[in-house]
Amino acid sequence: MGTSSETATADVASFGGLQARSSAGLNATSRISVRNLNFYYGTNKALKGINLEVPDRQVTGMIGPSGCGKSTLLRVLNRMYSLYPGQRAEGQVLMDGRNILDADVDLNELRSKVGMVFQKPTPFPMTIYDNIAFGIRLHERLSKAEMDERIEWALTRAAIWTEVKDRLHASALGLSGGQQQRLCIARTIAVRPEVILLDEPTSALDPISTLKIEELIDELKRDFTICIVTHNMQQAARCADQVAFFYLGELVEVAPAAQMFTAPKERRTQEYITGRFG
Amino acid sequence: MSVTTMPALGPRKDARVAAALGRRRKLVDHAVRWFCIASTAVGLFFLASILFTLAWRGLEAMGPTTFTKAFEPTTYGDDTLPRGGLLHAITGSLIQVTIATLIGTPIGLLVGTYLAEYARSSPLGNAVRFVSDVLLSAPSILVGLFIYQLVVLPMGGFSGIAGALALAIIVIPVVVRTTEDMLQLIPNTLREAVIGLGAPKWKMIVLVCYKAAMSGIVTGVLLAIARIAGETAPLLLTSFGNNVVTADLSSAMSSLPIAIYQQANSGFPDLIAIAWTGALLTTLGVLAINVIARLLLRARH
Amino acid sequence: MQNTVATAGMTVPAPRRRSAGGLGDFIFAQLCRGAGLLVLLILGAIIVTLFIGGLPVFREFGLSFLWSTAWNPVEGREEYGALVAVFGTVTTSILAILFAVPLAFGVAFFLTELAPPWLRQPVGTAIELLAAVPSIIYGMWGLFVLVPFVQLHIQLAFGETLGALPLIGRLFESSNFAGTSIFSASLVLAIMILPFIAATMRDVFLQVPPVYKESAYGLGATRWEVMRNVVLPYTRISVVGGIMLGLGRALGETMAVTFVIGNANRMPGSLFDPTTTIASVVALEFPESLMGSLKQSALLALGFLLFAISFLVLAASRWLLRSRLKA
Repeated sequence: MGTSSETATADVASFGGLQARSSAGLNATSRISVRNLNFYYGTNKALKGINLEVPDRQVTGMIGPSGCGKSTLLRVLNRMYSLYPGQRAEGQVLMDGRNILDADVDLNELRSKVGMVFQKPTPFPMTIYDNIAFGIRLHERLSKAEMDERIEWALTRAAIWTEVKDRLHASALGLSGGQQQRLCIARTIAVRPEVILLDEPTSALDPISTLKIEELIDELKRDFTICIVTHNMQQAARCADQVAFFYLGELVEVAPAAQMFTAPKERRTQEYITGRFG
Repeated sequence: MSVTTMPALGPRKDARVAAALGRRRKLVDHAVRWFCIASTAVGLFFLASILFTLAWRGLEAMGPTTFTKAFEPTTYGDDTLPRGGLLHAITGSLIQVTIATLIGTPIGLLVGTYLAEYARSSPLGNAVRFVSDVLLSAPSILVGLFIYQLVVLPMGGFSGIAGALALAIIVIPVVVRTTEDMLQLIPNTLREAVIGLGAPKWKMIVLVCYKAAMSGIVTGVLLAIARIAGETAPLLLTSFGNNVVTADLSSAMSSLPIAIYQQANSGFPDLIAIAWTGALLTTLGVLAINVIARLLLRARH
Repeated sequence: MQNTVATAGMTVPAPRRRSAGGLGDFIFAQLCRGAGLLVLLILGAIIVTLFIGGLPVFREFGLSFLWSTAWNPVEGREEYGALVAVFGTVTTSILAILFAVPLAFGVAFFLTELAPPWLRQPVGTAIELLAAVPSIIYGMWGLFVLVPFVQLHIQLAFGETLGALPLIGRLFESSNFAGTSIFSASLVLAIMILPFIAATMRDVFLQVPPVYKESAYGLGATRWEVMRNVVLPYTRISVVGGIMLGLGRALGETMAVTFVIGNANRMPGSLFDPTTTIASVVALEFPESLMGSLKQSALLALGFLLFAISFLVLAASRWLLRSRLKA
């Protein structure tokens, strides 16, 4: 990676990059372009002709009723669906000038660039330290000191360092649900991906843990491009810069969050966000 | 939150290191994948080798005499002497397996019912479940020794009934396991619906639960039959074997596995050929019952 | 509540029907309970019978029965020891586990993660059928197919290459060229227990929630890395339980071993020496021994030892697999 000029600019921006950006500005460079994407579970067509630009270092929220295809789209972006025979995607998903749907894409490398956090916290049955180190070791060779530093960095960025710094070598399974979810976020960002996919990351958490994760998302978008699937309209309004509404496998409308929730263009969007169905 | 004071990302990860690591990791992954494919191939190869050997050597002596004649001594290659068959062994096996199934199945069924309907987590239930599972994998030759002490010694000699009893003990835990598993799959709402109609518990179990779990229970019985049809060790110490066709349960009785064992070790090529024929018949029977049992269970799901 | 209904509505028939149901319930419950107790009784009776049967030998030789290698049935000079058979039983079983576990893991990994879906069912069934083949068939196949192969292609090659190694070289050299040996017996046992261990491993691997595996894939892990770092740590207790189950099976296996181990009451010095196991010595010698003889007692005592060993292993296996049994 890092050969195309687009990535190079993105990198420079992220190093210097503490400048505040207008959250409504959607004219930022696009990190991922989805072009005419169709997706099939066997013969069942789950996504129909999706076109979507995911802007760099902003939060894209995906909303819609259950089974509308929003989680499916997320699983296309890191090719998670490739684990399951019978699931296939057609069309283009461009990232760094490459179509990641191509057969010869290195999935391990792709997934190191596009991290994912799931609905349910998924700590591995090992220590907190090893949970974070696991992903790093896959892609990098670090000295003990560098590793310690990186782990502290990841846990700090995930706002959980102060809670776990005294028990890094205890099992991760002993943490509370909210802590486990932040650990999973730390594990994901420790690999230093460019994009983070969040699949209903707070649906299994209590309100206070949810609030913490939302603050975290706001903070992480300085450096990462984020896609979040959520059932919670308020959450989408609070976190997202751009919101995409899916219905029955189609992308009905994409708009800046403020516009989406105040003046949606489509009738179906309006009906959904005012709670008339879904 | 202190996060805002953290520096952003440090240097990006080194693409060359990542690529080199990636190549090595993929190499390891490929090596493991090929190892797994090879392991599976080895397993399948053994099955194929066994089946092929059985077919190749078992068909040699297969013929009408296999099913119509009992044991005859070796012909020493003299074609004018009568060739033996396996009739004594086949009848012996059928008799002993049938009696064992008839004795073992009801007991196993009742034990499975006890575990699933009466004692799901009582101390006695747990003890019975544990002991039954141990019996399921316990060395079958010990069952032979047990029945020898219990039946053969007092009766003063080997007998068909002793063999059937030994096999019955092996049937019980197999039937227990499947019965309990199948009964536990029945939703409690069904039980409550039947009880709610005013039926006593035993009627609920016998008329409704058994019916709902029927194909599973039959599968268990079939698997038990397949298991005992090939058992040799316990029979060696109980019914021992006999060269003539007999239905007398108080005398020694042959069976397919025993006939295979004795003729395979006889050293005479013509008897060894008959042993292979017996081995082919036994294996085909056992595998066929297994396949039927599986199909039955799959039809249910 | 029930009383009022009964007295108000169905004065006469109700109590009778209920008591009939009550009696039926009582009888049926007692039948089930009795059958359960019978199972406990059978296991208890097996232990007691074997112990009582072995008592004359325990009395005659005391604890030295356990570590004596003698086996002399000549009348007047009778002497029996369990060591050779116990050693043979334990060695062949452990070797079988060493051969079978990597293969079983490979099969289970293939069937759960690597194989295309259309292949999983037929291959899985074929491997399970391997477990259904009667042990006597393994014995014959071992004697007529495997033993000659070991004799011609493995023993010499091992002897020539590994025999020169210091210290352990002896293990691979033997003057026994019959092919029936510890090595052959372990190999047959390994093939027999392979499907049991593979099936347990496959079942427990399938119980790992996909989302945990996906989280590891999401970090860029390969299938092997997911297996080693996520699936195996999650399932290790059950995996060990499955291996113990295989070990329990191997310890008590009789016919297959009897055919290929050579049945010599000698302490083996090499992998290619013949020896014997408890089960095969019982199968071979018990039917020919005189009722009530000291030899029978020695064989019953061996049976008692086999029971004790395999009971411990099977109990441990079940304890380790308990979480899987609950699921």
